[in-house]
Amino acid sequence: MKQWKEKAMEALLFLTAGVSVAAVILICIFLFASGIPAIREIGIFRFLFGTRWKPANHLYGIFPMIVGSLYVTAGALLIGVPVGVLTAVFLARFCPKRIYKPLKAAVNLMAGIPSVVYGFFGVVVLVPFVRETFGGRGMSVLTASVLLGLMILPTIIGVSETSIRAVPESYYEGGLALGASHERSVFYTVLPAAKSGIFAGIVLGIGRAIGETMAVMMVAGNQAVIPKNVLSGVRTLTTNIVLEMGYSTDLHREALIATAVVLFGFILLINLSLSLLHRRGK
Amino acid sequence: MMVKKGKKKWRAYRRDPKSLLLFLAVCLAAALTSLALLFIIVYILVKGIPYLTPSLFCVKYTTENVSLFPALVNTLFMTVLALLFAVPVGIGAAIYLTEYAGHKNKLVPVVGITAETLAGIPSIVYGLFGSLFFVKYLNLGLSLLSGALTLGIMILPLIMRTTEEALRSVPDSYREGSFGLGAGKMRTVFFIVLPCAVPGILSGVILGVGRIVGESAALIFTAGTVAEIADSLFASARTLSVHMYAISGEGLYINQTYAIAVVLLVVVILINAVSGFLAKKVER
Repeated sequence: MKQWKEKAMEALLFLTAGVSVAAVILICIFLFASGIPAIREIGIFRFLFGTRWKPANHLYGIFPMIVGSLYVTAGALLIGVPVGVLTAVFLARFCPKRIYKPLKAAVNLMAGIPSVVYGFFGVVVLVPFVRETFGGRGMSVLTASVLLGLMILPTIIGVSETSIRAVPESYYEGGLALGASHERSVFYTVLPAAKSGIFAGIVLGIGRAIGETMAVMMVAGNQAVIPKNVLSGVRTLTTNIVLEMGYSTDLHREALIATAVVLFGFILLINLSLSLLHRRGK
Repeated sequence: MMVKKGKKKWRAYRRDPKSLLLFLAVCLAAALTSLALLFIIVYILVKGIPYLTPSLFCVKYTTENVSLFPALVNTLFMTVLALLFAVPVGIGAAIYLTEYAGHKNKLVPVVGITAETLAGIPSIVYGLFGSLFFVKYLNLGLSLLSGALTLGIMILPLIMRTTEEALRSVPDSYREGSFGLGAGKMRTVFFIVLPCAVPGILSGVILGVGRIVGESAALIFTAGTVAEIADSLFASARTLSVHMYAISGEGLYINQTYAIAVVLLVVVILINAVSGFLAKKVER
């Protein structure tokens, strides 16, 4: 009797462990089942590298959105990486004890603020600011980059701080013993040792920036053309889906699902590089 | 003493300007991060608090009062439903991985990889999957249930990871003690190990609640945007974040949008405070 119960419990727990596997399989099946035929119908080359997205004329080229996603993500990294990594260094090595707790709580809070709130903040503060200082319509690559840069800060800070703290104290002390100042010791011995962890944080940040939807949609302008400069509007892969999913039908709808397949491909690539980084970290 | 120390440091910096530069850069970055957050919060609070009028909390939503009360209730429903799915499954999976599966078990790395993949998938892809699978294929329609199941899958990896960490931090001596007293595997896991891991698990659950409350992209195509209190599991319902997005898009209700943002911020700050409190408990 007891044996039977134990076995049943183990089987039940085994099933729950399988749920995440089943979820990934289902997601793949449902995305690929609608997305792949659409890509085949449009033609993979014309889908990925076509520069015109005009569903009304049956033109489904998502190249502008791929470029848009890359631009916006790169812009976010330009802001998020230096500020994030330096803040992590501050938290791990420079922070007076009294400031540490509130600062850490602030970073955690930053991670918790919903993306619509960030987006709305972007609409009411960043967009007018960019419009008045740099001209243009305000909804642009620049605006989206700045906002995304802010949004990926907590990810980069959190992972970088953990990896900086994981560096053995002897590295730092060795630097000091050789006559280096506190700053030089941190930047030239501790930071290089924490490199792979910091890269992992940056890659996670890239994942967040590429996947962000609502905040980007609210501030990016959403024109489906390759942006000419940092002040022109931009549409990303994610916003392409959310903008048109509501009213799309047939091939248009399937082309949007195919957009999600491309996005999924990017995410798999990011996860792959993350696990490679982890392996190197060990 | 302090002054002397400061002077000494200053002299060192004059001899080594690069160190000073690095020091300033680090301080500047930290200041920038905290000022950005402070600015966002203060700006929204200042602009939003004056518009937190009683009409915004009317039980019934109309296009005149754009009441957030139904959305608040729906958020509560959504959170409870998503947790009902994700918490048992997530904890069960974590228990299997840490307590039952041996080192040679081939499922462990597979589950690890899939959980990582799930954690990386953007919310809009979840929304799309939810609308294809739950809404269309299982024919649940744009509903509370579709939305909650989608969000449940979304927070599953988070719950699994935090629970796993919490379970692994329970010392082996507890398990050995329990076995030594003649308890079976099930008894040991559920009555000895799991209770010790509760604070850690709870802090993961709270983080999950935060994600549910903040989510909008995954819900628009799964739970829909009906602005009334859901009367059944199969009714379409917008949560607070979706409500805020919908209202801000109309352009007529900027002030009310600020007020909704204030409510969302307060909820998020509360969630963070609770999870911080729990995390402190875990450390002890």
